[in-house]
Amino acid sequence: MSVLVGKDTRLLVQGITGSAGGFHAKQMLEYGTQVVAGVTPGRGGEKVEGKVPVFDTVAQAVQATGANASCIFVPPPGAADAILEAFDAGIALVVCITEGIPIVDMLQVRRVLEGLKGKTRLIGPNCPGIITPDACKIGIMPGHIHKAGNVGVVSRSGTLTYEAVGQLTSLGIGQSTCIGIGGDPVGGMDFVDVLELFQADADTHGVILIGEIGGGAEERAARFIQEKMNKPVAGFIAGTSAPEGKRMGHAGAIIAGGKGTAAEKIRALEAAGVRVAPTPSDMASTLASMMKG
Amino acid sequence: MKIHEYQAKQMFARYGVPIPRGYVAFTLDEVESAAKKLAQETGSPVVVVKAQIHAGGRGKGGGVKVAKGGATEARDLAQKILGMQLVTHQTGPAGQKVRRLYVEQGLDIARELYLGAVVDRDRRRIAFMASTEGGVEIEKVAAETPEKILTVHVDPAVGFAAYQARELAFALGIGEKGTLGKFVKLLRALYDVVIREDCSLCEVNPLVITRQSDVVALDAKINLDDSAEFRHPEWRDLEDRDEEDPVELEAKAAGLNYVSLDGNVGCLVNGAGLAMATMDIIKHFGAGHGVAPANFLDVGGGANQEQVTKAFKMILRSPKVRAIFVNIFGGIMKCDVIANGVVAAARELGLKVPLVVRLEGTNVELGRKILDESGLAIATAATMADGAKKVVEAVGADAGGAR
Repeated sequence: MSVLVGKDTRLLVQGITGSAGGFHAKQMLEYGTQVVAGVTPGRGGEKVEGKVPVFDTVAQAVQATGANASCIFVPPPGAADAILEAFDAGIALVVCITEGIPIVDMLQVRRVLEGLKGKTRLIGPNCPGIITPDACKIGIMPGHIHKAGNVGVVSRSGTLTYEAVGQLTSLGIGQSTCIGIGGDPVGGMDFVDVLELFQADADTHGVILIGEIGGGAEERAARFIQEKMNKPVAGFIAGTSAPEGKRMGHAGAIIAGGKGTAAEKIRALEAAGVRVAPTPSDMASTLASMMKG
Repeated sequence: MKIHEYQAKQMFARYGVPIPRGYVAFTLDEVESAAKKLAQETGSPVVVVKAQIHAGGRGKGGGVKVAKGGATEARDLAQKILGMQLVTHQTGPAGQKVRRLYVEQGLDIARELYLGAVVDRDRRRIAFMASTEGGVEIEKVAAETPEKILTVHVDPAVGFAAYQARELAFALGIGEKGTLGKFVKLLRALYDVVIREDCSLCEVNPLVITRQSDVVALDAKINLDDSAEFRHPEWRDLEDRDEEDPVELEAKAAGLNYVSLDGNVGCLVNGAGLAMATMDIIKHFGAGHGVAPANFLDVGGGANQEQVTKAFKMILRSPKVRAIFVNIFGGIMKCDVIANGVVAAARELGLKVPLVVRLEGTNVELGRKILDESGLAIATAATMADGAKKVVEAVGADAGGAR
């Protein structure tokens, strides 16, 4: 069916009274996501879209509504604190959209997350979110380009995920779940965490993995694919033409000290049996060619 | 954001990390009076004159000189450095003009070590690295003798534990009791600098042990985490605009992500990943035809017409741009809004080079219609690949015509 989110997911939106939070809460409601609560400190008692109750704290929202997932739109100065509040309230899935959280804050968040030992999962920050087509959309992706089906998509980039989804849908290939893990150097779930779920999900038959320059997440994904996966995986790595030492938009997308180049990531993935698309226009067709045989 | 050595040392001093005495100087007169002051304070005429630019390898490039004979000699040396184009392995062949100097007391050095703190992305911890090979390029040590680099990871819930600092000290051969205590104290103070000042990199190369058994940061390099700017209003005073690419500064002010590259196709894209992928696909089809991307430009997810116009202006200012490729996957950002922005910008600025536009996503039909009916010579593309091929063709045809 899908991973992590579906029709039963009960979502709360942190920062729901802000412009981005309010806009996207409405979009998510329209897509069919069960948005059961919002949180903005000091705005408890209000209602958004005439029906979603707003609470002062995440703990109150969880107690009153049984929310089990949270989507965070809180601006950078308070974003890490918002994540910690969601962790403390026992939310199972926390999705942080916010871009520009200081890395020192994320190191602390990451430390707390490790102490929770899998009880809570974090997606992001600086990501588009997660969607199970026709069931649940948590985040800022355009819902209408998706189609329910059997391909999992995992990516460090937002618009490049839309590009892959758009290609799949135009070929008539649907998606089980699409997850943007975000472009920051320190965050929550990485490729391996998501691939584990896709491998275990009976209704995911193939995967598109979209990486980019910087860090070693793609190399770890390659090791996992080689050792633990039997489903076809197609890939793309953005940044073949990127110069060294320059931050390419995402805080995490930087080649440092000759490490984290697209070439070495592509080599690692290909050695693990991943077919890497020659251009970003060929992501869906590359996977389709593998799934046919 | 990068800052100068003397600025990093001022930060060190606030946290109790020992540094040599020194003064910043913008003129030769200031160098001379700084050298005199240092001689009085230290009782020694030896001073070091150091070029302040945002790049490493200054010593090798001739940007660091020792004056043993007092203030006049310091002035003579400074005259050679101030205003020079300093070329190092980090500046590129054009080098960087020296506009500021740092005049520092000379130390009686017994040992030179390397110390650095970085964010280890794979371990999600601050990593402290130390090595006995101080004063040389650490990249070289890492490549040739990686066993000489010792690393400890700091648990953010605990901070830099004293035992971790001792582990590094003994491995570096700093066992003598007085020195050991000073080294441990310095490391823990440095960790406070990294956390409280939001450093993404903090390097001391070399860290020296003097003949008097003091442990002193002889050099200092700090990169600050741009994302933490909101809680550091004082950073505005640390910025040195002479060291930054002017176009990139302008982009930052306009809320755009822009990086200059060497090619001839201007790119305007929404989203960082898609922007990189757009560069890649231009290079893929353009290789062998002399066509390559001129820039990375991400207008972000919520760009408005004004930002699109600004982005266009920045692209067109570069004389090397021979064609423009606009690649938008409209999600929340609607294609008709982008199309109107593109048309308005093209009309305002005048379209002197071929323009290829690929639109996809929300309201795409409306967006394409706006482009088609604009009366401007805009080539539309159905896919990224189609667009990249068209822009490569356009540059090729242009070059052919020019011959």
